[in-house]
Amino acid sequence: MKCNKEAVMLMHKYLDGELDREEERRLRDHLQACPSCQNHFHELKRSITLIKNTGPVAAPEGFTSNVMANLPKERKRKNYTRMLQRHPILTSAAIFFILMFSGIFSAWNQDHQVTVSKQENLIIQSNTVIVPEDVTVNGDLVVRNGDLKVEGKIDGDITLINGDFVTDNPENELANGENYQAYASGEVHEVNQVFEWMWYNTKKFVSDVFSMDSN
Amino acid sequence: METMIKKKIKEVKKGDQSAYEDIVSFYQNKVYHICYRMIGNSYEAEDLAQEAFIRAYTNLSSFDERRKFSTWLYRIATNLTIDRIRKKKPDYYLDAEVKGTEGLDMYSQLAAEQALPEEEVESLELQSYIHREILALPPKYRSVIVLRYLDELALQEISDVLDIPIGTVKTRIHRGREALRKRLRHV
Ligand SMILES: [Zn+2]
Repeated sequence: MKCNKEAVMLMHKYLDGELDREEERRLRDHLQACPSCQNHFHELKRSITLIKNTGPVAAPEGFTSNVMANLPKERKRKNYTRMLQRHPILTSAAIFFILMFSGIFSAWNQDHQVTVSKQENLIIQSNTVIVPEDVTVNGDLVVRNGDLKVEGKIDGDITLINGDFVTDNPENELANGENYQAYASGEVHEVNQVFEWMWYNTKKFVSDVFSMDSN
Repeated sequence: METMIKKKIKEVKKGDQSAYEDIVSFYQNKVYHICYRMIGNSYEAEDLAQEAFIRAYTNLSSFDERRKFSTWLYRIATNLTIDRIRKKKPDYYLDAEVKGTEGLDMYSQLAAEQALPEEEVESLELQSYIHREILALPPKYRSVIVLRYLDELALQEISDVLDIPIGTVKTRIHRGREALRKRLRHV
């Protein structure tokens, strides 16, 4: 048996727990006859023991709570609950008043599907609408219940309802979509709460009426 | 335990962020340990381990629940750590250290013919010396050695975590062991 090829290969197979009976016998016979392989084998086993001896280390104090504190915030729906808690009478009065006169609330709850006002050339991946690099959207873009990632350009306003701007580059996080102005020639609106949603609809309703009047 | 974790994952996916706390607290030591043994200092290890948990959380929707969560989590942690190591030491490692172990005569260098002392000194000094020797391995050998001997993962699981064929895992472990044998021979 050649020491540097076969014997050492068998040692490693042994250490991986993969020797069959015949190989084990051959290795044992060789080790009994060859002091230098014996030494090699001993050193291998010993270094493994030494490595294992470095022992486990525990995560530092407060590790879990640090992680929890640094998680991205839950969906903004929570803010609505918080607002309700802070101004209970005012908000519930407002809600009843508005609900009585409109079907807005149920419209908000009904569709949680991602919808986008323009489909051509846009990619919808899980919950994100992507405007690819080589695409220019002509006109306003409305994305509902999904995030928006703009690699190309938008020639018009952006309205995001219950979604966020996302970017591949987290260090370059875009504050309130401000930097997205660079991609859009028009205004950028983010509508993330049911109140904003109502306000958005009310404004839209008013401006629709207004533009009908002016026609 | 896997069933408890699976249940928690479902809750997190449904939007209950607080359910993630149990997942973090269950795996924190394991993940931190992998990062620490690979990167070598506690400050960066903590940073990497945190980042791993945060990434796992934000990408949880892409986690296939039929698979083992720990494997997926360890993969995120090792990838982050390997990335960090590469950024720190651009070309210093990359095979330089284990070059002598390539090729057919990789084992030709025979051991010094001397009896080794049998006692295993369990001093902190020795432990930190050995830790430094592990850190001196190139990252690709270091990761398999850490997963195999410090986290005691099976070969197949290492192959899943690192997303490399099991044959490659074995080759790297063999070379890593040979490198450590040479480095620790005189300890
Ligand atoms: Zn021999």
